[in-house]
Amino acid sequence: MLLEEASTDTFPRLLLKQVEIRPDRPAIREKDLGIWQSWTWTQVVERVRALACGLAAQGFRRGDRLAIIGDNRPRLYWSMMAAQALGGIPVPLYQDAVAGEMAFVLGDAEIEYAVAEDQEQVDKLLEILPQWPRLRRIYFDDPRGLRHYAQAELMSLDSLEAIGRDFAGRNPEFFLDEIGKGEPSDVAVILYTSGTTGNPKGVSQTHAAMIRTAGVLVEFDGIGKGDDLLCYLPMAWVGDFLYSYAQVHIAGFCLNCPESPDTVMTDLREIGPTYFFAPPRIYENILTQVMIRIEDAGWVKRRMFRAFMGVAKRAGMKILEGKPAPLVDRLLYRLGEVFVYGPLKNVLGMSRIRVAYTGGEAIGPDLFDFYRSIGINLKQLYGMTETCVTVCMQSSGDVRLDTVGRPMPGVEVRIAGSGEVLVRSPGVMKEYYRRADATREVIDAEGFFHTGDAGYFDADGHLKIIDRAKDVGKLADGTLFAPKYLENKLKFFPYIKEAVCFGDRREKVCAFVNIDMAAVGNWAEKRNLSYTGYADLAGKPEVRDLVRECVEKVNRDLAADPALGNSQIRRFLILHKELDADDGELTRTRKVRRRFIGEKYDSLVNALYSGEAGCHVETQMRFEDGRAGTVSADLAIVDAKTFDDAAARKAA
Amino acid sequence: MGKTVGAPILEVEGVSLSFGGVVALQAVTFDVREHEIRAIIGPNGAGKSSLLNVINGFYHPQQGSISFKGRRRRQVDPHEAAQAGIARTFQNIALFRGMTVLDNLMTGRTLKMTSNFLQQALYWGAARREELEHRAKIEEVIDFLEIQHIRKTPVGRLPYGLQKRVELGRALAAEPQLLLLDEPMAGMNLEEKQDMCRFILDVNDQFGTTIVLIEHDMSVVMDLSDRVAVLDYGRKIADGAPDEVRRDQAVIDAYLGVAH
Repeated sequence: MLLEEASTDTFPRLLLKQVEIRPDRPAIREKDLGIWQSWTWTQVVERVRALACGLAAQGFRRGDRLAIIGDNRPRLYWSMMAAQALGGIPVPLYQDAVAGEMAFVLGDAEIEYAVAEDQEQVDKLLEILPQWPRLRRIYFDDPRGLRHYAQAELMSLDSLEAIGRDFAGRNPEFFLDEIGKGEPSDVAVILYTSGTTGNPKGVSQTHAAMIRTAGVLVEFDGIGKGDDLLCYLPMAWVGDFLYSYAQVHIAGFCLNCPESPDTVMTDLREIGPTYFFAPPRIYENILTQVMIRIEDAGWVKRRMFRAFMGVAKRAGMKILEGKPAPLVDRLLYRLGEVFVYGPLKNVLGMSRIRVAYTGGEAIGPDLFDFYRSIGINLKQLYGMTETCVTVCMQSSGDVRLDTVGRPMPGVEVRIAGSGEVLVRSPGVMKEYYRRADATREVIDAEGFFHTGDAGYFDADGHLKIIDRAKDVGKLADGTLFAPKYLENKLKFFPYIKEAVCFGDRREKVCAFVNIDMAAVGNWAEKRNLSYTGYADLAGKPEVRDLVRECVEKVNRDLAADPALGNSQIRRFLILHKELDADDGELTRTRKVRRRFIGEKYDSLVNALYSGEAGCHVETQMRFEDGRAGTVSADLAIVDAKTFDDAAARKAA
Repeated sequence: MGKTVGAPILEVEGVSLSFGGVVALQAVTFDVREHEIRAIIGPNGAGKSSLLNVINGFYHPQQGSISFKGRRRRQVDPHEAAQAGIARTFQNIALFRGMTVLDNLMTGRTLKMTSNFLQQALYWGAARREELEHRAKIEEVIDFLEIQHIRKTPVGRLPYGLQKRVELGRALAAEPQLLLLDEPMAGMNLEEKQDMCRFILDVNDQFGTTIVLIEHDMSVVMDLSDRVAVLDYGRKIADGAPDEVRRDQAVIDAYLGVAH
């Protein structure tokens, strides 16, 4: 029903509709001077009218782009609404980008009007001005520190609103007339994607695409006016536009802006959102903080936490998913809810969460299970800017660690012969802004968007994303070989810091492993194993056994998966030195450079594949003080057990 | 910069101070003009902190006089100085470590509270109204110094740089006309120093507060201050714009030492 209804709508018309339905309900809140201030839908539309009329009076025309730069603040959201009301296109930018990066986007999107949050952003824009003199106007939200700036381009949003109110007084019909002229096929927003290579590209999304996608989301999780959401992720990110801006227009719930980026945890607790999105690293940070504080707590609390987390691990996920669990565990879990899980969720601001999502990268099993076992409905999703996110999502009660769920209603997913995931949906972008060439590269004649990710559907119809398509290879017998997928599985063990898998066009998979010095060192100390340094520790037979167990666990998992069963890791060795960006083995963002490592250590790779039991190696390395030297070691090569399909099923 | 420096707001004339046989200040004459940032520099033991202590009444000089906003006197007491609009921070942070940031800032408002003990104990009548007003003022300071995230954290748990910022906040809570900062950047890392510089400039600019600061970091002093006074062994050896002072031979000698 929502799908058809949405088809004639634009965001400004949805705004007017919300004002009609719930004029006095809060639309947006922000914590300012220690108090949560709120604005009703009626107040919001008044501010948007003032901003829109102000922009129009300043020469902003239909189709013009308005840059939005800053943290999530109500007035920046209203500026987006104002630009859209005039038929213009907001272009949110990442607020932490340096001036050079911003200069590219301003030029690429031919931006003449910009809204900046504060002095920091204004300074960056003024720095860009000589390179991009077409930037005519810079409006700022927070005047602090800007009193003595005399540049003609600068104006405060307060002044702009005053101009707008004056303009609206003289042209009372203007605002509604302009909204009436908008078409659902107009571009609603341009979102720049970081892009791993080359310059960022502007993804143009239409009103229709965003509204239809958000409509599907609202229906999927039953989001309504009672929901609360904390918008703390960058406005330039597609997720913020979709989850905050678009959903709020459709479902009419309340958006909450944090007091400052540093207070998000406190604000989270005060607001108690019902809908929450975060990338895995945020869930990880929260868990780490919890663990640190538990270690510092008194022994009674510590014992209680451990005992009840044991119960949660045993029964929590089953209870959350409505599966049968023993009565004793159910009762203990209730008790745990009172003494541990409830208070913990309260402290984290997660008491009211109905649905929480994570996505963007693989999430570790311990992390995922922790949240789900204490009753937080954490789910995964898959998507990208070009598809309005929303390709696959896990529905409540059908959640699994290693898949991203089934395709959403209205989304067609197809797996190309190469293993690449192709998507066709109403949410696929209109184009890359002014980049017809790049658009043609990713959207084919049938309208399928090529994601660049490799994946496959498992037996239950869940999509499993395994790697970037360009990194995926095939073993000699034709089995899919997804090195990053295997490496991530290994790295989820605390003892393994890095792993490098080989196997493309070879008959079997072999791996290099780096142990995690802190975790393995700790493990060794508990067993009274003495060691002198990394190379010594890595060479201990006990450590080899420890890592072998990890590898075999991964193999057991892989065996259960028919598509990947043959890519079990047959042989591995523990490297004598840590892979390091200074030696060119890792990128600066700590991604392994598989090919470089393969070439640098080709004698080791050969030894892995030739069946030798060990190998002598000498390596150039750069020490932390900048000197270069060589290290040599005799490395033992370990054979890992592999499993066949049936045995693995039985074990699982 | 559109800043206008006015007439002298504080004048210290011929002040001498000694503790027994130790001479801390010797006939120091020194003025601060309204709205300026005035730095006092000098080697260790030169008498910089003593001078600040004389200005806000911690120490009473044996000779000389101090006039603040046209009122001349030999001695002031700290509470009179505070009442007159002088606030300060200390070289070694002097906050209540067990209290939260909010409560520490609230102590900066003590002088402005008029309700009596009974009202305050019962949180009743004027006390309630007043507390809300003071809290609103404190929130402005919190917003200004960007310390929202530590509002309810006990001060003792904060890193050093933030404690310094909270101490500045407490001084600002008193809405002073003259702010004395004793080594506001001592022991800070580069980033914390830059933040603190920005806050000092903003305080000076936005609230029009006159600032006297003692600082060792010469680059900070040269960037921030309008005029610099140099003390050595209790005597003022130079006074003027940062550039003049930097070139002054007596100053170079005092800092680098002279061959005897």
